[in-house]
This record gives sequence, structure tokens and C-alpha cells, in this order.
Amino acid sequence: MLRVLNISKKYDEFFLQEINLEIPKGAYFVLLGPSGAGKTILFETIAGLIDPNSGSILLDGRDITTLPISKRDVGIVFQDSAVFPHMTVRQNLSYALKSKKLTKKEINRIIEGLAKKVGISRLLHRKPNSLSGGELQRVAIARTLALKPKILLLDEPLVSLDVQLKQEIRDLLRKLHKNGQTILHITHDYREAFYLATKMAIMDKGKIIQQGTPAEVFSKPGNRFIASFMGINNYFCYKSIAKNEILIENAVSVKVNNSIPLQGNVLIPQESISILENKNKKASASLFEGKVTDIIEYPDQMELIINIGIPLHIILSREKAISNKSLSNGSLFISFDPSKFVFVYDNL
Amino acid sequence: MFGKKISLFNLIFIFLGGLAILFIISPIIGIYLHTSATDLYETSNDREVQASIGRTLLISLSGTLFFSLLAIPLAYMLARKSFTGKRLVSAIIDLPVIIPHSAAGIAILGFISRDTVIGQIAGYFGLNLIGNPIGIAFAMSFVSVPFLINSARDGFQTVPVRLEKAALTLGASPLRVFFTISLPLAWRSILSGFVLMFGRGMSEFGAVVIVAYHPMIAPVLIWERFTSFGLSYARPVSAVFILICLLFFIGLRYITIEKKKPHAQSS
Repeated sequence: MLRVLNISKKYDEFFLQEINLEIPKGAYFVLLGPSGAGKTILFETIAGLIDPNSGSILLDGRDITTLPISKRDVGIVFQDSAVFPHMTVRQNLSYALKSKKLTKKEINRIIEGLAKKVGISRLLHRKPNSLSGGELQRVAIARTLALKPKILLLDEPLVSLDVQLKQEIRDLLRKLHKNGQTILHITHDYREAFYLATKMAIMDKGKIIQQGTPAEVFSKPGNRFIASFMGINNYFCYKSIAKNEILIENAVSVKVNNSIPLQGNVLIPQESISILENKNKKASASLFEGKVTDIIEYPDQMELIINIGIPLHIILSREKAISNKSLSNGSLFISFDPSKFVFVYDNL
Repeated sequence: MFGKKISLFNLIFIFLGGLAILFIISPIIGIYLHTSATDLYETSNDREVQASIGRTLLISLSGTLFFSLLAIPLAYMLARKSFTGKRLVSAIIDLPVIIPHSAAGIAILGFISRDTVIGQIAGYFGLNLIGNPIGIAFAMSFVSVPFLINSARDGFQTVPVRLEKAALTLGASPLRVFFTISLPLAWRSILSGFVLMFGRGMSEFGAVVIVAYHPMIAPVLIWERFTSFGLSYARPVSAVFILICLLFFIGLRYITIEKKKPHAQSS
């Protein structure tokens, strides 16, 4: 288990503030944040490339805060792969092994095993300048695995790859994780967290602002920044204006069933929204008329953006959207099931 | 090269650039046009000329090799580390390039004479650095070492820090990282600086003639032939020496260019 305890670091004009993380053995932990959030500084602090100003880092109970990189038992894969351009793939893979007292035969056996594991056996004689981005990233991963690290640190390993190669490397990372490798993966892409993580944390302006499983974070984003960063729509602020009634974004009032605090944030999930064919049902208190302001078409779905006083994103199957008669008029009637609303009280 | 239509702008620049090239090349061509093949042959077989050229190459090469051991670590520090007074250090490195070389010779003379620490240490081993090849090597290296330091520093700066960090994370010591990553990747620039230092050192006259008139290196021999016998005696020696310099220069440059391909960066 990797434990990061109260790590702080001032780096030029940037502050890393009291970072606490716990990465259990065997976890795939994704640290998510926008550019400039401090992810890379934290990453390099854990790796031992930067010394923290305060705090400590424990790996399986051993304090590694001040240990040299080579004694930390961590493996690092950089964003740009950092494969040594003047060496062949085989020489790259053997680089870490040459520091150990191994025979040439043993080194070759380990290299063959690693190459097979990450699917680069046919590339061993090649120079990096003849490899694709995905192949380079595989070489970088294999080279790091040669150290048998207790934790694998990945700094945006997919960022420079095209879609197909991204998928290949994602599958490889999942395979490594399934085989028991503990991984800390840094990224700005929430989809990577959703696809890979068993646990995640979100970082902004040098602070960890939310932690949990991907399901927890996606279903209950702690604040508007997180919701927006994670691509979550229909996340609004509200205030209570009467018993069991809230005013969303100072624009739309909705009756709610449960008792809630005076103000906070509300996530309106898709399953709480219904589109009605006609306005006969206007008897319902939570019925709203809205204008369709935009339609985004996906292969099998359509996303409607409807203004009911607040911009509401509604996902419909393509068939359902096409068959909806009122949609052709450019306006719709919507009702909510407030019991399915997710209220977030803590502005994390 | 410039497309089908050459603009007036390009024409003017080609003309001015051509004049600059002519300015460099015509005096050298002039030497060979005014030197007969017989003179060239006889001078090439002149024992004194052969000895002075051999001495020049050997001393310059030795000085370059010796000072490489000091210049390359300094260049690495300048490329990679931030420290107080770094700009001052960089300015000091360029100092020999701007001071008159005769003044540099006087400075070196004061540095290695018998009453200095270095002179006394040499004296302890029975050496007098003045009038000695070691003194000549000092004078040559003093005026030429900035070329090596600056070129090596530029080379180290082009090596991505990420590669060095990656090597450190793979368990390599800083020394191993230097020898297996930084040095091989900066090698082309270092070799280029090496060529420049070597070339600049062997062509040095002003500083050397003050430190050691004898044993005579080629530039001093050319000067002596000119002052004692005139232009027609100095010219064939110059022609032979320039030819040797060019052969070394082109040969080492060729090696430098050949080194480029294997070190091409992929990331």
C-alpha cells in the first residue's frame, strides 16, 4: 500500500497543499485533474524526482520520502515514453537489469519474458525512431516492469496516442492490473478514470478535492468544477425557498419530497427526467415547458439541450427522439421525479 | 532551391552572401595559385616543416584531450544546474575569445613562469613550462577551450531531461546516467566543439609565440620564414599547413555528421 501523508511542496509559484492519498495494494488508482493542477509535481514527488517541503510517503509501511529513486521500489512511465533513442529496444529493456548482479543469460530470459508480456517480442532489435507511439509506450512499460516495482506510476501514458493505440494500451494496463500490479495513473481525461480506475482522486490547484470509487465520484460530484471536469451535465446550485421547494439557479422552482439543507448543489440524473407528449398533464407541479436550443447527434443517441430556465441536457435513443412529435415543434414538456435528485451538501 | 522565380530580395542576399564566401575563400585559393607544385613538394619534404606541423597537431590534440576532461563536466553543470553566479561563470568562459591573444600569451606566461605555484610544481619535476610543449598546450587551450565548453553545453541542453530522469528511475546512478544517456546523446555537439577547439588551438600564434618561440609550431615557423626570408618562403609552408588543417577539419566534421543519425531523437 502507498500512503501519501500531508505532502506539501512549493514549486516556483505553485503550491502542493497537504496532499493525503491512500492507494491499496492491487488498486488501479487514477489521479485526475486539469493541466496545472499539480498532478505531475505530486507524481515526481512520489517518484523521488522532487523532494517535498513537508509530509511523508510510505510504501508498504516503509518511509521512502527521502530515499533515492533507485531504492524506492517504484516504476515510472513518462508521458512521452522517454525511451532512450540511441539504444535498441533490447538495450532499453536491459538498462535497469544491468544495475543488478545478473548473468547475461538471466537478463536475456527476463527481457524475453517482459517483451512477451507487453507484446513487443518482434521489436527487440529495433531502434525507437522506427516505432509507433503505442509501441514506444509498451517498451517504456516493459522497461519499468523489469524492476518488478511495488507500484507502477504512469504519467498521462495515453495522451499522445491516437484512438486505436489508446485502446491497445488501455487493454494492456488493465491486463497488468488484473495480474496484480498496483498502479497510480495520472491523467486529465475522466474517461480513462472510468475505464481503468478502481479508485480515484480529483486534484485542482494543488489540492485533492474529491476521492472515491469512480461510481461514487461520477454519481455524486463534490462541486460544480468536478461535475464539469468529469463531463457531468445537469449539475446546478439551489436554495430552499419553502418547505419541500427549491429554487434551482435562481430560475426554476421544483417541489421536492425529502427535507434538505437550505442550499447546496443538485444533480438531476437522466432517470429523473421524463419527456411528455402533450401538455394535458400540466396538472403536475413539476412540469416544465422548454425550448430545444441544440441537438447533438451520436451514432445511437441524441443529446437535447432544452432551456426550461436552466439548460437541461437530455439523452434520448435515436428512435425515441425521432418518434417524438413535439420535438419537431422545437419545444417539449418535461417533468421531474425529484426523489431521484442527488443533493450534494458539502462544497468540497 | 529558391523556386522557379528568384526574387530581387533573394538576388541581393545571394550576391552579398557570395561576396562573404569569396572573402573567406579567395586568400586561401590565392596561396595555392601562387605556389608551384615543386615548391609545395619540396616544402612537404622539409624536415623542419614536417616536425613543426607534427608538433602543432600533437600539442593541440593533447591540450584538447586534457582540457576535455575539465571542460565537459563544466559544460554539463552549466547545461543542467542553476546556481548563483552562473552568468558570471558563462562570461568568464567567453573571456579568452575577446581578449587580444598576445595579451593572453602574457597572462599565460605569468601563470606558468617559475615563480608561480604551477611553475614551481613543474620545476619540482625538472620542467620549465616556458619554451616547453606543455606551455604551448596551455597557450593553445586557453584561447580555444571556450569553443568546446560552449558547444558541449549546447549539446547537453538538447538532451531531454526526461531521459535522464527515466534512467535515474531505472536504478542508474547519476554517473551512469551521465555516461550512458547524457554523453552519448550530446556526443555530436561535444565532438563538434572538440574539432573547433583542436582547430583553433593549432592555428594559434599570438599567445604561443610569447610563451614559446621554440620548439617551433607551424604558425610560428610561418612567421619566422616570413620575417627572415619573405613572402615567397612563407607561402609554401602556409599552403602545406592549411592543407593539413583542412584534411583534419573535414575528416573530423565528417565523423561528426555521421554521428547524427543514430542519435536522432524519437521523443
